[in-house]
Amino acid sequence: MSILISQNSRVIVQGVTGRDGSFHTQQMVAYGTRVVGGVTPGKGGQEVAGVPVFNTVAEAKEKTKADTAVIYVPAKFAKDALLEDIRAGINLIICITEGIPVLDMVEVMRALKGTGIRLIGPNCPGVISPGKAKVGIMPGHIHVPGPIGIVSRSGTLTYEVVHSLTYQGIGQSTCVGLGGDPIIGTRFVEALEMFMRDDETEGVVMVGEIGGEDEQIAAEYIRKEATKPVVAFIAGRSAPPGKRMGHAGAIISSGKSTAEAKREVLKGAGVTVVDFPEEIPAAFKQKLKCSS
Amino acid sequence: MKIHEYQATELLEKAGVPVVKGSMAVDVDEALRVAGSVGYPVVLKAQVLVGGRGKAGGIKKVAGPQELRAAFAQLKALKIKGYPVEKVLVVRAVAIRQEFYAGMVVDTAQSDVVLIASSAGGVDIEETAQTNPRAIKKYYLEGSFELSGPRWEAFIRSVFSEPRYQEKGTEVFRGLIKTFFAYDCSLAEINPLVIDDRDEMLAADAKINFDDNALFRHEDIWKLQDIHYEEPDEAQARQYGLSFVRLDGNVGCVVNGAGLAMATVDIINLVGGAPANFLDVGGSSNPEKVVNALTIILHNKDVKAILINIFGGITRCDDIARGIIEARKRLDLRVPLVVRLIGTNEKEAKALLAEHRISTYPTMGEAIREVVAIAKR
Repeated sequence: MSILISQNSRVIVQGVTGRDGSFHTQQMVAYGTRVVGGVTPGKGGQEVAGVPVFNTVAEAKEKTKADTAVIYVPAKFAKDALLEDIRAGINLIICITEGIPVLDMVEVMRALKGTGIRLIGPNCPGVISPGKAKVGIMPGHIHVPGPIGIVSRSGTLTYEVVHSLTYQGIGQSTCVGLGGDPIIGTRFVEALEMFMRDDETEGVVMVGEIGGEDEQIAAEYIRKEATKPVVAFIAGRSAPPGKRMGHAGAIISSGKSTAEAKREVLKGAGVTVVDFPEEIPAAFKQKLKCSS
Repeated sequence: MKIHEYQATELLEKAGVPVVKGSMAVDVDEALRVAGSVGYPVVLKAQVLVGGRGKAGGIKKVAGPQELRAAFAQLKALKIKGYPVEKVLVVRAVAIRQEFYAGMVVDTAQSDVVLIASSAGGVDIEETAQTNPRAIKKYYLEGSFELSGPRWEAFIRSVFSEPRYQEKGTEVFRGLIKTFFAYDCSLAEINPLVIDDRDEMLAADAKINFDDNALFRHEDIWKLQDIHYEEPDEAQARQYGLSFVRLDGNVGCVVNGAGLAMATVDIINLVGGAPANFLDVGGSSNPEKVVNALTIILHNKDVKAILINIFGGITRCDDIARGIIEARKRLDLRVPLVVRLIGTNEKEAKALLAEHRISTYPTMGEAIREVVAIAKR
């Protein structure tokens, strides 16, 4: 099955004519993703990587029957791009853009409420269901199809985890980058729920980091409801308090937002918490053997 | 980004919040002038962007010019958590009858803006949250700036028992909201919000932080930054578009992506090394960024070895390799480099580095163990 995206997803790219947008449109098409259109206001009628460009999301949706949008527009225009998707009723929005003002995201989250639309990101690498579709910026070739779901607040650290799994012969069902911002559309619990329901996923890797308390909320969910093994890595164990570590959301502002606090709570919920990303494949081999 | 109390007070006053009369002074003559115009007794408040000002002796009440001169000199000689006192806020001393807390933050877990109030003002709100959580009242905006209706009435009554204060308190919150949204604040706080002996409600201290991601649309706010509070290397890194945090070890790191950069620093520690910095070169691919990153790392004389750890996605490994080669030409690389490159255009990168006899490590674990071993020699 995989979650969120599959070979049937019909994807439009917002900011398709920009530097990042056009490069990654080519990459997504080359991976086999059904990219059915692009959107850049004022550039309707052009083509990028063989994909038709439209002026608005509404027009693109009407002409292409798109159900998924991926956003590569600069931070200052990202709110409008997001609100346009919500108005047009796009089912799944994946926002790659980094640096969106927090109050813009408050407004977007309010507009999302009650619509049933799912947002992934912002400030994320996107989503990939290996062998089926990739919607985002991750290097496709390091992924192989398989039984492990990955959910992460990071980009390159997720690639590191994927790489070590693939290297050890363990494939992935879907990898979801939640994003490194303090306000994100989808958090750990929602992604974990989807993985628990997905019949192709046998175990889940959680890649968390300092900042916020989403890992604690996830631990509570895992303790009560998880039906599959979870392995976690938490970044930022040596981060000094009060310093923003690259991601807008990665800052120790309370005792609960430290890596150690998160690691302890996850361990208490039965999660295998590793010290090194390269220990993740072995942890799964162990867990999956025990459960079967 | 943070600003001083006097600047935050000015912003709030502009938005209609009544504040204690006063002004900032950098020298004693100016302080005497301000004191003369607001009337003695006055309070001198050291302007520093770190906490613990009161305990460090950074607040002094004086009755007249002579006392002011002495107190002012004492403040100017003071260092609070290592920061010298450059500016002093001079305000009229108010006779406080009651102290409240009024603040506003983005609750990121709820994805909403929340007003926070407490009738236990004047103390640290985090402390109140620990010792007396029921004294803290919250009101989520839920997309509306209208401070009316039953939910609002319940909130404001729970903080201020008397109707006249409920009215004044509502006005204070209107001013907070106006400021918060006008300048993309991440925190706006009045603590204490006081009732004085003339029955007036006044902001007696103010603190405002801004969302760094939104500063592009607030040039006027950017100008308020006190550059004394930014670590010079961190400021330079920001100008280069790099994310850098100084740590106290001897292994320099250049990494792409915040998560991988944090993990790299963590693992250096775990295997017995000591990272000298956190550095994320960011997503875009530009050889110059590597040169800039290495330049900043080399400012630190403690650095004994440098690790370059790249997992190319949006970043292309060959661009990083070009940056490394360029840096070797232009910089005095007085310490060994340990390079690990993987991902987009990895083959091209390794070929380029091989031409310059730079070898690479296949995994992050191996590269980290090697760089830690070198730094210990």
